[in-house]
Amino acid sequence: MSDLDKFGAETRAWLGANCPSDMRLPLEDDDDRYWGGRDAKFKSEGQRLWSERMLARGWTVPEWPKEYGGGGLSREEGKILRGEMRKLGCRSPLDSFGIWMLGPALLRYGTEPQKREYLPQIARGEIRWCQGYSEPNSGSDLASLATRAEDKGDHFLITGQKIWTSYADKADWIFCLVRTDPAAPKHLGISFILFDMRTPGVSTKPILLISGMSPFCETFFDNVRVPKGNVVGELNKGWEVAKYLLTHEREMISAIGLTAGRPLGQIAAESVGTEAGILADTCLRADIARFEVDAFAFRLALERTGDLLKAKQANPAISSMLKYYGAELNKRRYELVMSAGGSAALEWESERSRRGEAARSWLRTKANSIEGGTSEVQLNVIAKRILELPGA
Amino acid sequence: MALILNEEQMMVRDNARAFLADKGPVSHLRKLRDTRDPGGFSRELWKSFAEMGFCGILVPETQGGSGLGYVEAGVIMEEIGRNLTPSPFLSTALVGATALLRGGNSARNGELMPKLAAGDLLLALAVDERTKHAPSMTALKAERSGNGFALTGDKCFVVDGHVADLFIVAARSAGAPGETDGLTLFLVDAKAKGIEVERTIMVDTHNAARIRFDRVHVDADAVIGEIDHGWLPLEGALNVGRAAVAAELTGVGEEAFGRTLSYLKERKQFGQPIGSFQALQHRAAHMFTELEITQAAVLKALQILDSDFERAAMFVAVAKARAGASATLAVQEAVQMHGGIGMTDEFDIGLFTKRTRVGQELFGDAGFQADRLARLQNY
Repeated sequence: MSDLDKFGAETRAWLGANCPSDMRLPLEDDDDRYWGGRDAKFKSEGQRLWSERMLARGWTVPEWPKEYGGGGLSREEGKILRGEMRKLGCRSPLDSFGIWMLGPALLRYGTEPQKREYLPQIARGEIRWCQGYSEPNSGSDLASLATRAEDKGDHFLITGQKIWTSYADKADWIFCLVRTDPAAPKHLGISFILFDMRTPGVSTKPILLISGMSPFCETFFDNVRVPKGNVVGELNKGWEVAKYLLTHEREMISAIGLTAGRPLGQIAAESVGTEAGILADTCLRADIARFEVDAFAFRLALERTGDLLKAKQANPAISSMLKYYGAELNKRRYELVMSAGGSAALEWESERSRRGEAARSWLRTKANSIEGGTSEVQLNVIAKRILELPGA
Repeated sequence: MALILNEEQMMVRDNARAFLADKGPVSHLRKLRDTRDPGGFSRELWKSFAEMGFCGILVPETQGGSGLGYVEAGVIMEEIGRNLTPSPFLSTALVGATALLRGGNSARNGELMPKLAAGDLLLALAVDERTKHAPSMTALKAERSGNGFALTGDKCFVVDGHVADLFIVAARSAGAPGETDGLTLFLVDAKAKGIEVERTIMVDTHNAARIRFDRVHVDADAVIGEIDHGWLPLEGALNVGRAAVAAELTGVGEEAFGRTLSYLKERKQFGQPIGSFQALQHRAAHMFTELEITQAAVLKALQILDSDFERAAMFVAVAKARAGASATLAVQEAVQMHGGIGMTDEFDIGLFTKRTRVGQELFGDAGFQADRLARLQNY
């Protein structure tokens, strides 16, 4: 038995024994996700146990180095762990923008003290992070952002507004793009900075969306005082950090549809019934089957892209391809969820529909191809950086 | 296992790429077509395939083969796809060899495999009877007769059926069409009495045949696998064919896309390269994405055929469905983006379009594969 086979067998056994039965997929509700943070409360005893057990092994961030609270696993071991979790249907023990986005950027650009300060907190889920990127006038043209950080000697004074800040009202800290040199060309005057959302001058206002939910906020900064040591990477070179982080954000959004909900075939069978073992609605069945072909292949493409990047055989801009396809795929999935669910999926308030869970999720997916760079921006990136088409 | 080629497999790819671009480029196919070649492929090239170790790619080294796996075979198929090289590689070296090697009978394999690896034996799988692939609907009758069976019925779309020395015939020995039980695979001499072969040159100038069996006698030892239990070995051979065609279509699509991408950079209208127009850039980026995702699905299917043959059905269905759909997208966009010149016979893009259409139908199109996936997922 190879070391990896042994690792796989041990991991399977450990997960089987330690993942509580109510911590298996599918997620029933959005609050089945555990996001951590200063004010976090566990929804259930199972959730607490699962989170603590995984944390004790460093498996909330399995591939981060041990000294920063990670599991110290190799990429191969990480892949095996994710595979075994998928097979057993284990839920994620901790969802976090710190894990998915900020952590990788800190590992690459952070100073040693910054890594020691922030990474273990992220691994333990103690601090919940939000992302201050988009502004009312800087969407796809993100580098035109105007939030100003004024140099006051040992600190900055930050003034401006962000928008579409996910869960800003629930977040403890923000990683934020600010303009530190207004005279420089737009990409060269931006810095990447971290600060506490409780700092005086920070306020948030949730935005009510078509789903009836408010996952995004407007975030306002009015002379917010931030120590200079909170800049990550070099001053005025924040765009590099921002882009690196965006590749991780894109990967996160790519994978969004892969752990979601119950199988479509099952939802459809309950709603339209079966004849001779196949769905009675043959057009719906064909649509679902074609979707599943693509979803299945996309899962493999995520795996392959990771392997290619590791072997240095892929263009780093490939994350745009995954983001583009994953976002469109998830939108397609929820169109089918609604189609399969029929009129039952249209109920908005009933307990039966879990207060319109399907419909609200369906509406939420419409943002997948906008957030983290629109599908059109991703196609621009592919055309320019991978296909090297002229004048893009 | 990492979902990328290892170093050895990359070497096989590089060798196949150089060899086929040199000996079997698109102009080779054109020449066979324009001279109305009686075989539709070059025996001389097939000899070179044997020397390269391609004919016996799956055959064990002890029987004169290369002893390699489906990933290596798929890598060669992809290069065949890039060059549209016609050869019996698919029918003989992959589908035929798989049926025989997995069908047991070491005495028979001991005799046939060295010949196959040397390029001296051509095989063809005769399965389709209808215009759409539906193997469980097999109706060709196998009736007990003397010390063996008599085969009666019609087959169509038998790839390389016009040149094969031996046919692998799916026949119904029991039960009714639609049932997977009651099928038997037979190895039949192409020259046996009662066989009538009509060569059918297809739209892509590759070849197939319609074959009529009229009380063709075969001995009991002509059975591959077990009587009435031919479904499993048939499915095994078909899955190899599906994955192999998927790999070929990957090559067809990649090449059509590559040529289109070059054209977008060269062709000028309104004083600038047409590739600078965002309408075309986005379509090119979309095409790239579809093809990349297909690559992952195809490689995975080939890897699973090597590591876990019996569990490959779902992976193969996904690979073939994806490859058919993305190659179709690539060749359609290729013609459109090339404009008028893409419609001319002189230009190669049309040949890629034609091969893609045939590859889609072969061993089940994207719809057939999606249906398989649905059945395997119980809906």
